Amino acid sequence: MSILVVAEHDNAAIKGATLNTIAAAQKIGGDITVLVAGQNCSGAAQAAAKIAGVSKVLAADNAAYAHQLAENISQLVAELGKGYQYVLAPATTNGKNFMPRVAALLDVAQISEIIDVVSADTFKRPIYAGNVIATVQSSDPIKVITVRATGFDPVAAEGGNAAVEAVGSAHDAGISSFVKEELAKSDRPELTAARVVVSGGRGMQNGDNFKLLYALADKLGAAVGASRAAVDAGYAPNDMQVGQTGKIVAPELYIAVGISGAIQHLAGMKDSKVIVAINKDPDAPIFQVADYGLVADLFEAVPELEKAV
Amino acid sequence: MKILVAVKRVVDYNVKVRPKSDGTGVDLNNVKMAINPFCEIAVEEAVRLKEKGVATEIVVVSVGDKGSQEQIRTALALGADRGILVETDAELQPLAIAKLLKAVVEKEQPGLVILGKQSIDGDNNQTGQMLAALTGYAQGTFASEVLVDGDKLNVTREVDGGLQTLTLKLPAIITTDLRLNEPRYASLPNIMKAKKKPLDTLTPADLGVDPAPRVKTLKVEPPAERQAGIKVKTVDELVEKLKNEAKVI
Repeated sequence: MSILVVAEHDNAAIKGATLNTIAAAQKIGGDITVLVAGQNCSGAAQAAAKIAGVSKVLAADNAAYAHQLAENISQLVAELGKGYQYVLAPATTNGKNFMPRVAALLDVAQISEIIDVVSADTFKRPIYAGNVIATVQSSDPIKVITVRATGFDPVAAEGGNAAVEAVGSAHDAGISSFVKEELAKSDRPELTAARVVVSGGRGMQNGDNFKLLYALADKLGAAVGASRAAVDAGYAPNDMQVGQTGKIVAPELYIAVGISGAIQHLAGMKDSKVIVAINKDPDAPIFQVADYGLVADLFEAVPELEKAV
Repeated sequence: MKILVAVKRVVDYNVKVRPKSDGTGVDLNNVKMAINPFCEIAVEEAVRLKEKGVATEIVVVSVGDKGSQEQIRTALALGADRGILVETDAELQPLAIAKLLKAVVEKEQPGLVILGKQSIDGDNNQTGQMLAALTGYAQGTFASEVLVDGDKLNVTREVDGGLQTLTLKLPAIITTDLRLNEPRYASLPNIMKAKKKPLDTLTPADLGVDPAPRVKTLKVEPPAERQAGIKVKTVDELVEKLKNEAKVI
């Protein structure tokens, strides 16, 4: 079996979700090639070569791939993908953007956000906001798959010694261009990779009160998330949203503060190892999934917790 | 400019779906159906572009069984001008839907196509991107702002790290994210008017597309249930449990 994994990276380094995707590739079983497409991406390509279990790295270094524009990347991945039986990418917003385009160019289905590999052609994936798990079987000659990172434990970032091969192909469709990016700057860990996540909901009452969560998060070395209700109300930016349509997280410890626990939100965090809920409403659905529930006024409990940890 | 909007009939988002006990599918008997929320945002965006004078006509298309007429009528009541139903009882997967929509794009020649980023039943998040690949158009997925500027379009996208803005050449494909707009409610007079708006029906055969599925669903099951834990009385008790019992801090 030959598997092409498209790496998520920032040209300098590999993003964590790539390691979970390679873990899914290992579960399928076969020879794993990692594609790093970007501009001035030799740092990321070298890092990919060190990942355990990778047998080859393809580096496509070209201005056309600088911002991962789907129109350009998809042509490259489809061209290379023809030589493989599987093409995998993390189900990040970037993977979700270009992978269906790759599948359509190859005239095959895409299997989205797998959480388990049952056999070489059969996979598990959540549907209906995670309320149902479907087991699906693909008959396509090339299987195009996005991988939900929380379904697979990451492989080691070190220990491999793969050869890096340059790919000359330059695909510039010339129909889209990058204008700007407004990326959240934070010294806290990345939400999807953090060991501890502290999230706030509508109960926070306003954006200013999120300061309480930031203070607690900094004590715990945690990332800060938010429910859709809090994001829609403008308390927190979209990149902090945890839930079915936001980020899917599965940290060691998830602390939900002032979050009622809508299905949409639970879909994004219920695979966390330990869940703590702090809410003044004893009937809030979040308590049904929490390992430790504290019925309390968050404005008293959170500062107290911050002092106690 | 003509705008094509694709809408999908799905289980209403308030319904908690359950797998059938034999695992062959999801129990959809007597379940309330509705327009997919992301598709509703797509319709609203098209209507706003028409109100701004950017769009001249809004054509709404749905692929599905006869029941999908209802969701097309909903979109017509929100302000779309006419509807197209590609009617089939076949099981539909994103690649087949994208091929059918491509055939409709070829017929209608819209300047912009707007779709929801994903439907809340299959959660695939594929159709818009696949349509973009098949038509060769640029794509602006997960859009939170759309600005048409002559023969170009600026789209702001919700990405993992924050927001990204791209310029796309028209015609282009947009898929909507939650914060693009807040859809309006259809007024009663508009619901009445919508009943008189034209709605054409086509079949996959008319469009020369074979919608056969590529992926087989072997079974569906409920996710592993998480058991509720305990309630602690104080912050100190919580910290004690996290340190000594769960050992996570």
